[in-house]
Amino acid sequence: MKYELQLKNIAEGFRKDVENLSQQKISNCYQCGKCSAGCPVAYAMDYPPSMIMRMVQLGMHDQVMSSNTSWYCVSCETCTTRCPREIDIAKVMDTLKIMAQAGSYKLSENEIPIFDWIFLKSIELTGKIYELGLIGAYNLLSLHPLKDIYPMGLKMIIKGKINFIPHLFYNPSELIKNIRMFKLIRKKDRERIYEKNA
Amino acid sequence: MLKVAYFPGCSLSSTAKEYDISTRLVCEDLEIDLVEIPDWICCGATTAHITSELTAAALPAKSLVWAEKQGLNITSPCSACFSRLKMAHLHIEKDPKLKKEVEEVIGEKYNGKTEVMHLTRILIEQYGIENIKAKIKKELKGLKIACYYGCLMTRPAEVCVNDRVENPMLMDNLVKALGAEPVKWYYKTECCGAGFSLTKTEIARKLSGDILKEAKDCGADLVMVACPLCHSNLDARQPEIAKLIKTELNIPVLYFTQVLGLALGYNSMDLMLNKHFINPKPLLKAKGIL
Repeated sequence: MKYELQLKNIAEGFRKDVENLSQQKISNCYQCGKCSAGCPVAYAMDYPPSMIMRMVQLGMHDQVMSSNTSWYCVSCETCTTRCPREIDIAKVMDTLKIMAQAGSYKLSENEIPIFDWIFLKSIELTGKIYELGLIGAYNLLSLHPLKDIYPMGLKMIIKGKINFIPHLFYNPSELIKNIRMFKLIRKKDRERIYEKNA
Repeated sequence: MLKVAYFPGCSLSSTAKEYDISTRLVCEDLEIDLVEIPDWICCGATTAHITSELTAAALPAKSLVWAEKQGLNITSPCSACFSRLKMAHLHIEKDPKLKKEVEEVIGEKYNGKTEVMHLTRILIEQYGIENIKAKIKKELKGLKIACYYGCLMTRPAEVCVNDRVENPMLMDNLVKALGAEPVKWYYKTECCGAGFSLTKTEIARKLSGDILKEAKDCGADLVMVACPLCHSNLDARQPEIAKLIKTELNIPVLYFTQVLGLALGYNSMDLMLNKHFINPKPLLKAKGIL
């Protein structure tokens, strides 16, 4: 079957959204494939990074947003470092994740958003990461309650590498300031996404 | 005397205590003054920049502003924290809108006068290899070390000042100065899968396994790292990885401050070598270092 690619069939809005939010010129990509060649996780992705770039150019939002590619990006920045067109591809992957979490698309990944939510809550309430709480809550919510408990977790506890008590702010007013800061950030983030949709 | 603001990061107060202890010990010995930032908050790590650009910039900005007020440069031994601090600085500088939002959120002005440097650069570049050489008490003769840089210390190119992105030599030069032999190998800057250690563990195991296998094949006695996340993947997950790839690995993984500490004459208790999953003591004893 002959398929002719025509400008009028391309959903340009999606590419523009991604370009605006990531501030990267994705239309510059000329498909050299360096990003896919260097990507350590390309073997596990539905589409390698260079293909995602092309799909964004062509406005294929359903395929891009339902693929696991952006969620499997490990943020090692190899693609960004090697891109001859100076596109920050790792940042584009971040943007796709942010867009997925903003709610206009169906999430194709559950575990990482759960982990992120617990992680940021820990920073909000204690200022630092409370490992034991993070691992415990993540294991429960992701329905793998015994993951990494034995032998690694146990051995870490024996070696004194895990703190039982969370770090706390020395100064309680810092805690209030911190919670207020997170609230403000959430408000600003909502405005940002709204601006994009407007 | 060098004086610099110190951002230890969350890992260094729990899973990587030995990195914190050895860092402070070595810096005291070399008379580098580390001023810990009071009530510092987490840099946000990978989580922040995959959920919101503003969070990723605002969290490190708090520490940067504090250091700026004191007139100090800022350092972190953790590659991930270093990368977040540096990237936040670069992003805020590049994007005036983001800068305005960050200032609004943290309630303070951001001038961007502070330089962010990884601890390796403070020790090896600023303090200087020649000065370190003068302090050596015990040469690490006969030890073959694979220097593992990982991702966040060297990438993207903007954070990798005065070194080659694809083939960094900073730690190799240190190892040579300490009398040991840096191994030539090809996985120096490959990713260990740090961000996926808890969520997509099978990927972290595969990537770390490749690195350990390569180090072993190139004849390394031990792997030297400068990041607590690389360390926990290469060391604490090493028994699982060995089982998975059905190869006996048994390569100790040491922090670069611990290797430096050994050359400065400290013993295994001082440097907390007993905290590692893969015990480095038999190897070091066989080489006559401990």
